[in-house]
Amino acid sequence: MEIDYEKIGLKVGLEIHQQLNTKRKLFCHCPTIIRDDEPDGEIVRVLRPSLSEMGEVDRAALIEARKGKKFIYQYYNDTTCLVELDEEPPHLPSEEALKIALEVALLMNMNIVDVAYVMRKIVIDGSNTSGFQRTIFLARDGYIETSEGKVRITSLCLEEDAARKIEERDDAVVYNLDRLGIPLVEISTAPDIKTPKMAKEAAKRIGELLRVTGKVKRGLGTIRQDINISIKDGARIEVKGVQDLDLIEKVVENEVIRQLNLLKIRDELKERNAEVVEKIYDVTEIFKNCKSKIIQNALKKKNGKVKAIVLKGFAGLVGREIQPGRRLGTEFSDRAKVIAGVGGIFHTDELPKYGITEEDVKRLKEFVNAGELDAVIIVADEESKVDKALEAVIERAKEALVGVPEETRKALSDGNTAYLRPLPGAARMYPETDIPPIIIKEGMIEEIRANLPELPEEKFERFKREYRLNDELAKKMVLSYYVDLFEYLCNKFKNVKPVLIATTLENTLKEIRREGYDINKLENRHFEELFKALSNGEIAKEAIIEVLKGFCEYPDKSIDEILEIKGLKRLSKEEVEKIIEDIIKEHLDVVKEKGLKAYGFLMGRCMAKLRGKADGKLVNDILKKKLEEII
Amino acid sequence: MDVGDIVKIETDKGIFEGILLPSIDENIITIKMKNGYNVGILKENIKNIEVIAKGEKPKYELPPLNIKKNENLKTVSILSTGGTVASKVDYKTGAVHPSFTADDLIRAVPELLDIANIKGRAILNILSENMKPEYWKKIAEEIKKEVKDGADGIVIAHGTDTMSYTAAALSFMVKADVPIVLVGAQRSSDRPSSDAPLNLISAVLAAKENIKGVYVVMHGESGDTFCYLHKGVKVRKCHSSRRDAFKSINTIPIAKINPFTKEITYLQEVEKSENTKNVEINTNLEEKVALIKIYPGMDGEIIRFYVDKGYIGIVLEGTGLGHAPDYIFDDIKYAIDNDVVVVMTTQTINGRVNMNVYSNGRELQKLGVIGCEDMLPEVALVKLMYLLGNYDVEDVKGLINKNLVGEIEYRSRFDCY
Repeated sequence: MEIDYEKIGLKVGLEIHQQLNTKRKLFCHCPTIIRDDEPDGEIVRVLRPSLSEMGEVDRAALIEARKGKKFIYQYYNDTTCLVELDEEPPHLPSEEALKIALEVALLMNMNIVDVAYVMRKIVIDGSNTSGFQRTIFLARDGYIETSEGKVRITSLCLEEDAARKIEERDDAVVYNLDRLGIPLVEISTAPDIKTPKMAKEAAKRIGELLRVTGKVKRGLGTIRQDINISIKDGARIEVKGVQDLDLIEKVVENEVIRQLNLLKIRDELKERNAEVVEKIYDVTEIFKNCKSKIIQNALKKKNGKVKAIVLKGFAGLVGREIQPGRRLGTEFSDRAKVIAGVGGIFHTDELPKYGITEEDVKRLKEFVNAGELDAVIIVADEESKVDKALEAVIERAKEALVGVPEETRKALSDGNTAYLRPLPGAARMYPETDIPPIIIKEGMIEEIRANLPELPEEKFERFKREYRLNDELAKKMVLSYYVDLFEYLCNKFKNVKPVLIATTLENTLKEIRREGYDINKLENRHFEELFKALSNGEIAKEAIIEVLKGFCEYPDKSIDEILEIKGLKRLSKEEVEKIIEDIIKEHLDVVKEKGLKAYGFLMGRCMAKLRGKADGKLVNDILKKKLEEII
Repeated sequence: MDVGDIVKIETDKGIFEGILLPSIDENIITIKMKNGYNVGILKENIKNIEVIAKGEKPKYELPPLNIKKNENLKTVSILSTGGTVASKVDYKTGAVHPSFTADDLIRAVPELLDIANIKGRAILNILSENMKPEYWKKIAEEIKKEVKDGADGIVIAHGTDTMSYTAAALSFMVKADVPIVLVGAQRSSDRPSSDAPLNLISAVLAAKENIKGVYVVMHGESGDTFCYLHKGVKVRKCHSSRRDAFKSINTIPIAKINPFTKEITYLQEVEKSENTKNVEINTNLEEKVALIKIYPGMDGEIIRFYVDKGYIGIVLEGTGLGHAPDYIFDDIKYAIDNDVVVVMTTQTINGRVNMNVYSNGRELQKLGVIGCEDMLPEVALVKLMYLLGNYDVEDVKGLINKNLVGEIEYRSRFDCY
């Protein structure tokens, strides 16, 4: 389906969250590291929404609070402290984080505020022990360029990252505190993005600008993209947590398709005079002897019930696909699952199936008085959950009559989205009284401005010019995690070709990672030792890959030890001559028979023995010389 | 241009619009922007400023709840002294408004209604670090009023900094046949994570128990799991910020309170109420009493200063078992020769004073310094004020190290340290 995005009035805005690679957390002196070992202990807490001036609470906040869940926080004695546990007031914000955020703001042509305030943004899903996220509005009114036009950047905020969700239980949510407090920049664009491709390009550009600072975290989960998508007559949908840049285009495309299809369904429903009947029927009797395992398991529960609602005029539309592989019925069950946590939900468009027979369906339809054009939704579970689920479906079905409901949705790995929660109301914010306002001195801004990193395109040109990298390698290197290391090594070891350093950092590392080596073990020291040895002629370039593998296996060992282990010690010229002589002697018959043409064969033998221990060119030279001598 | 007005400010860095907030600095204008964030603008960068709309006076009055008294429940009076046990945030301006009325409390913590009929009012509006003995008297008088008015229990909402001093003062001044429970919060009540609601629920649960005496109720551990009921003369704030800052010292807590199940588990014998609703107060206090901490190299002049200023009681917070350097003995003697009552407590906080073990202690006793057993230094200060306000000096010397209201235990438990 070719979509004219201009005609449908597509508007997309991005909100990008990027973790900063700082020494300490934003509001305490803990390191910014994520751990995978056992925590030292747990603390149980509850949160309650605080009352606003009119005694009302935020609707998203209320849904969370209604669940009545407790929060369990896992802590580490050595890398989390009382601040993350909400047992000590915040320390002054990390100056390092502040400077990085300002640097990013300047790279995006933004205006920086004179005086910044730390604010408390109420969040009561437990992801912040305090019940609010601390956030600082630092800059506004910037822009970035894309091939399809400018995208305005409306704001840049410096925030604390939330605690890491470990597990969701029936009565509690478990979080780890390691991530809580890691500095994040939150960058929001205006809804200037007009096509899915432009969305991807804008996100990519912002990502590049973040990375050129060299001060942002890399790897899975360190950057998160939220996408706001709307079309004419549709609704604003906030898609949370797109981690993969390549998915952005697809998510936008699929969301547009979803909204268009929902609008089509609405029009058809209108034509049919469709109606949602707000009555919940107990149909447990009908399904008492049903073969469906899901239903039987639900009925085994205490107060297990099967109940149904009638959607007049919905027949055929509940099963209508609205996104690849997802139907209107999927939207109904998403809501039921998120709000009531039920398992078994069916609609008559998909029945008979799942052990529910035609006879069951017939009796059901008769019982609830549903006609040809009506759809029936049934839910099986514990009674209070069933009622809650069907109420949620009634609400969602009514919204189908109106069009597209405003929602916060989560990105799925196939580019589709699923219901997460209602769109939050206006952020409830009030000042963090424990931290004084931050006056951002003009001098500090000027100092940062004077030391801004090169833009990716400038660096690209320079890498081609200065290091003679080709387009492809220069492009890779500019965005590489190792970009600074690359330049450092090039400048330190001038007799090593920059291309070799670049291919080692970009290609060789990928190769050995694919073979299963843990390249996270490699530190700058390892690369420095490697290229030092290469520069001094202690190893041949053919040995690079084996040395790196060795360092991955034994990160604590020195290069000498690695060479020893791998048998890669470079041989002296004399030793090489000796080995080549031996090889020639061994194959004298071949030499006699083929003369100089034996070279190819002998070179193969020599390299098999000398690869990594002697330079190929040297072997070549010696072999040629010796051969000529003999013949 | 007034605080609350919607203003438009033109600067070199663009136009800012928002609600004008109180200024933090004369050179800075602070506004709350539409996106909820506050931002400050240097006055020197402002080219033009205009009021777009006059601010409406925010109304914080909410309709009364008209809650009917439940005859099956006891009545608990919650008296607020200024610590914000309940508060509302005005997200429009970001201001935090403390709540004092019963309705406010019930709106913030509706669970209270299942526990008791709640009366509530503010009797003081001070930060607890600004507490003074005259306010203790005021609180005692208000307690008397409430009990006479039919309260079955009293809860005093109090800032945590000096809560244990007030608890000690009330312990000596008020003889009531109902429980008097002080409660506070380590995280302010405008936060979703505040410990105030659970502490308040626990305090009200304790205040409707069939007991008497003065107590402190606060979190039992860092998690939101249970609260402890501490004896008012045996409790101290031992951490500057944690929820479980309050610890029973030289004893164990009286009871463990589960605010979720509403169960109370007693850990110690407790004085039962006789259901007479009798209440008497004695608010005589001698304020010329000082608390002096001993440290290496201290100048004994400080003692003479107090004596010359007309002080008649001095509590020393000595080292170890109750010691002070020999180079201030002359100053101590000067105090005692001038009829000042000098008593000894220990800065180890935990443990008992015993001035018979080392010669230093024996010398101090010879000078007339009286050891205060396992009494907390702050409690000794308040007790000395109370005694000097009611007894002559010789009786004071006899009573200071005798248990009156539970402030001294003669048995040292092993399990409380």
